[in-house]
Amino acid sequence: MASLGSAAVPPVGPDDHVRGEGEEGLIVYADLGCPLCAGAWQRLRDRAGWLVFRHFPVASKHPRSPALHAAAEAAGWQGRFFEMVDSLYADRGRVDDPHLWERVEQLGLDLDRFEADRRSAEVEARVRRDFESGIRAGVTSTPGVYPWVR
Amino acid sequence: MIEVGEQAPDFTLRNQDGEKVSLADYKGRKVLLVFYPGDFSPVCGDQLSIYQEVKPEIAEKGVELVGISVDSFFAHKAFQEKIGIDTTLLSDFEPKGEVARAYGSYFEKLGFAHRTLVLVDEEGKVAWTYQSPSDDQIPGANVIFDALS
Repeated sequence: MASLGSAAVPPVGPDDHVRGEGEEGLIVYADLGCPLCAGAWQRLRDRAGWLVFRHFPVASKHPRSPALHAAAEAAGWQGRFFEMVDSLYADRGRVDDPHLWERVEQLGLDLDRFEADRRSAEVEARVRRDFESGIRAGVTSTPGVYPWVR
Repeated sequence: MIEVGEQAPDFTLRNQDGEKVSLADYKGRKVLLVFYPGDFSPVCGDQLSIYQEVKPEIAEKGVELVGISVDSFFAHKAFQEKIGIDTTLLSDFEPKGEVARAYGSYFEKLGFAHRTLVLVDEEGKVAWTYQSPSDDQIPGANVIFDALS
């Protein structure tokens, strides 16, 4: 088990989910089941600079969150991570499996691959990695936002 | 604030199900007492939710989490269900705040406990304490793991 003791926010790595460009940006620890995150997301995504999305599902509070983070990560494995995140935050009332499949179709993803990926240990571990880095950094509520300069 | 090395004051309080729980029940095990201001406040909900997410890792360190506030056990039950946690919540309700006072955590002016963490070791002695600089500031779970490392 990785230590969950204090550590700085990890620098942006090659497999982080990054949107936008520029010198300055934000690292955001966000929960896809969190209404506050959904509200903040609309503002964050439209601002100048780059944005890093890190998974921070709080399952006790938002039981559907782990499945949504897995879905976003699986969509990312087919190159449509942020499109899935945008869609999940934009339509929070439709996040059951059939609604995910509709999104998969709309985004032109391979459904069989999506289904296998979102249930895979690799996706679970990738989401957990972000979550644990947030815990080590002291994230206590979402969204947890950290300014970052490249 | 109670000091590290002191004997932790024993208490008997009711949990969210109305059952009596004593500190002495935890003898031979480590227990982390999480004093918090009150059920249903957004900050307290976030604190207990985050701790719930890493409860298995805390348990791996041989530590059990117990929340304590001045709310009634009925409120604790509703709060527990609302935020989806199974952490034991103890009711420091009558005499109000008596246990928080014994641990030096009670905020007389507002009538609730400060946001205080107290680790009690297997022998019932205080092994570590932490109090937030302000009651709207949540001690991250990382702070707990630092103490347990």
